[in-house]
Amino acid sequence: MHTIFGIPAPLLFGQLLLGLINGGFYALLSLGLAVIFGMLNIINFAHGALFMTGAFAAWGLLNYLGLPYWYALILSPLLIGLFGLVLERLFIRRLYGLDHLYGLLLTFGLALIIEGLFRNAFGSSGMPYQIPRSLSGAVNLGFMFLPLYRGWVVVVALVVSLATWAVIEKTRLGATLRAATENAALVQAFGINVPRLVALTYAGGVALAAFAGVLAAPIYSVNPNMGSNLIITVFAVVVIGGMGSILGSIVSGFGLGVIEGLTKVFYPQASDTVIFVVMAIVLLARPAGLFGKTA
Amino acid sequence: MRALDATPAAAPARSALGAPRAHVVAMGVMVLFVVLAPFILYPVFLMKVLTFALFATAFNLLLGYVGLLSFGHAAYFGMGAYVTAWSVKVLGLTPELGILLGGLTGAALGLVFGGIAIRRQGLYFAMITLALAQMVYFFCVEAPFTGGEDGIQQVPRGRLFGLIPLANDMVIYWVVAAVFVGGFLFLYRIVHSPFGQVVKAIRENEPRAISLGYRTDSYKLIAFVLSTFLAGIAGGTKSLVFGIATLTDVHWSMSGEVVLMTLVGGLGTVFGPALGALIVTAMENYLAPFGAWVTVTQGVIFVACVLAFRRGILGEIAARLKLDL
Repeated sequence: MHTIFGIPAPLLFGQLLLGLINGGFYALLSLGLAVIFGMLNIINFAHGALFMTGAFAAWGLLNYLGLPYWYALILSPLLIGLFGLVLERLFIRRLYGLDHLYGLLLTFGLALIIEGLFRNAFGSSGMPYQIPRSLSGAVNLGFMFLPLYRGWVVVVALVVSLATWAVIEKTRLGATLRAATENAALVQAFGINVPRLVALTYAGGVALAAFAGVLAAPIYSVNPNMGSNLIITVFAVVVIGGMGSILGSIVSGFGLGVIEGLTKVFYPQASDTVIFVVMAIVLLARPAGLFGKTA
Repeated sequence: MRALDATPAAAPARSALGAPRAHVVAMGVMVLFVVLAPFILYPVFLMKVLTFALFATAFNLLLGYVGLLSFGHAAYFGMGAYVTAWSVKVLGLTPELGILLGGLTGAALGLVFGGIAIRRQGLYFAMITLALAQMVYFFCVEAPFTGGEDGIQQVPRGRLFGLIPLANDMVIYWVVAAVFVGGFLFLYRIVHSPFGQVVKAIRENEPRAISLGYRTDSYKLIAFVLSTFLAGIAGGTKSLVFGIATLTDVHWSMSGEVVLMTLVGGLGTVFGPALGALIVTAMENYLAPFGAWVTVTQGVIFVACVLAFRRGILGEIAARLKLDL
């Protein structure tokens, strides 16, 4: 077995892969947060809870309706997206025009409600979710064994992230969205239904979180607390990347996942804190974030 | 830009002490409650209320008066609890020195984290403080002196000044009461000092405060450190009362709880956060047998407060009575 920097190669590549997977989740979640922040000017604290709800939706679809992974991958984001529409209409819409901090507090409350309800119904221990049969197994890449499902998660997270970027930067819908982010009143004057656009943006961001949740379900056990710790790390990722840039969210998401994975190899005790340390350093050196334009 | 719906200050009637008469009356009611309550209610429960009341009042200095939402105050509370517990148990310090060390730990941590976080504003400030607090949480999971999942247990209450044994609940109650009233008066003095006026000016209109020649970042940092100092004191006191410091004290849900207490009582009011601490702690006490329903109820109160009830209980009362509480 050969080694790199005194570390067995399979261990190194294994953690690197895990880092890329986590990075994919960071990217998908911070992307949703950034898009929602751009349009609604709120930080969606419920994002982690909705990520968890997405994973549970996949679990429920399989166990109650017998619908396998591939259906869940489409249905769960749709369901959670619809749920997001309801949340926006019932609660979040009432806060536009108030101080942004109220949006944070409201969605924090929503997250507590959602997580508490799931903990009541399912306990804290978690449910296993099988890897779909077509993606189980591993391939030998020569330098390491790649579990197929893990490779699939990295690729899909990357593709969906880039597709989201393309929709926002390259399509007419995305152009409208960006215009409304800049100046909602003017876009409304052009005859575009901005409140509906805002609601759909929230639903879209939330659907991305649910999609990440379905991807995560076979890797981590599906449990009510899976979102809350993740979302705080994603906040740090968002602070590092700066929320102004979509591509920045993707790059910092994957990058920080890799940094975290490498830390797990070389100095495991710090692997949980390394992203926060990076955040502190970035704030001291470049307060606006790596890709942010203004403070 | 006016940050949050803090209660507007009316021109108050002043008492002989120079404080508004409403404040003197409310202070009297509060002190009377602190003195009489242990003869009616369970003192350990009351001590929990008092430590959280101090914690929430310290937190309110930032959210209510500076307009900064620190979403990671559990870090200072929890590290205060750990350091007090550790210094009393391992170093054998007397309780008052242990609590002071807890407060200084909170202040030192606040100086570093505050210095980093005030580089950004608004929502970013909230996210950064939350993320830094999460870092402290993971540190406490790993660090040897915190005892990981077990926490620091069986912390002795010791003898106050090396003389008075605190093992009796009714004896330590008066120490906790003194810490609370002392901390409260200290915060009251800060808010109603020239420093407090400048800080409120920063909340109302930071660019204007800068143009008047105030170094607003220094003011914010000083307020942050004062708040984290008292949060550390509160945490240290709590660890002595219960003889335990655990990961619960540094967890993000603790940060959420102190926000909730302040919001329920009335942010930007003098007495609201203490009242909020009483209400939230009592609610948790009665709901404790129902497990995760506590979390759900907290969430519902958050949502209700933000949607319908932004001034909180005392804020609403103050607005009705046209008083500044």
